[in-house]
Amino acid sequence: MAVGLMAVIGSFAGCMAPPGFDYSAYRAHRPRSILVLPPRNESNIVQAPYVYLSTITRPLAECGYYVFPVAVIDAFMKENGLPTAEEMHGVSLQKIREVIGADAVLYVTIEDWGQKYLIVQSVTVVKARAQLVDTVSGDVIWQGRQYLSQSSGGGDPLGSLISATLTQVFAWLSDPTYPLIRRANYRMLSDPDQGLLLGPYRSYTQENDHCLDPH
Amino acid sequence: MRLFPSGLLLSWILTGCGGTQSLYHWGHYEDLLHAMYTHPGKAEPPLQIEILSQDIDRAHASGQAVPPGVHAHLGYLLSLQGHMDAARREFETEKSLYPESARFMDQLMKGMTE
Repeated sequence: MAVGLMAVIGSFAGCMAPPGFDYSAYRAHRPRSILVLPPRNESNIVQAPYVYLSTITRPLAECGYYVFPVAVIDAFMKENGLPTAEEMHGVSLQKIREVIGADAVLYVTIEDWGQKYLIVQSVTVVKARAQLVDTVSGDVIWQGRQYLSQSSGGGDPLGSLISATLTQVFAWLSDPTYPLIRRANYRMLSDPDQGLLLGPYRSYTQENDHCLDPH
Repeated sequence: MRLFPSGLLLSWILTGCGGTQSLYHWGHYEDLLHAMYTHPGKAEPPLQIEILSQDIDRAHASGQAVPPGVHAHLGYLLSLQGHMDAARREFETEKSLYPESARFMDQLMKGMTE
């Protein structure tokens, strides 16, 4: 219902990685499994890393990778004396390989997040950068950026004011960052020129190994 | 119902989109993660255990695979509730479905016996 009230007037996606992404390191260290650590957070929304974390398994798994259970990993790290994402990101790759057995680690940093309320509309923003690192060589085998924003409201001022208010009241009903970061994930990971390569649970050929449409 | 509105909408959108066939029956795994992190107290372990068990049954009934991490997450929840044998079975299932998880599953089972 709240979703129906939202009039989407604009949506913008940016892919900032340089064109002609070099996949040689990726192809040389093709992972079977990916560990996603809770993202570092540069936004002021405390929940942002966890909303992100709850959406990243599916697109990675649909690209053909084994994805470690994100919440179990988070709990396991905390139980082992690493209470924050900063500290988890500081764990050596050797240790991660030894204890968890991951082939690659996805390090994510949230840059901007959440709803910004203007007078007649609200804008939801998700912005992050990600690096996939091979745990044996330490090479960054892939990196991507994601930025999506979505406006709700617009049209006649009174109607917009009402829908912005309702969106605010019913924010608990649907977290607008949740569907937005899902879309941003798919766009980043399945970008035809600079997205992920396919993992072992998807069949691929040497000529055609990009994760194009991972759902 | 209130826990999963955006997830339901999303699965309609996704299933309506065509494209590459999904490898897995996703059920409510990610919606539960979202709920447990953003609405503390709304997705306590017993509720999650019930919903994930139903998801797994549905996956089996429809002949689809259970996604990476689901059996491990369920096992972890079971261990929190003190159901150690059931937890161990889930960790072993994760291991047999996804050999990539073996070291981590062994680590979790080792932690349970200590």
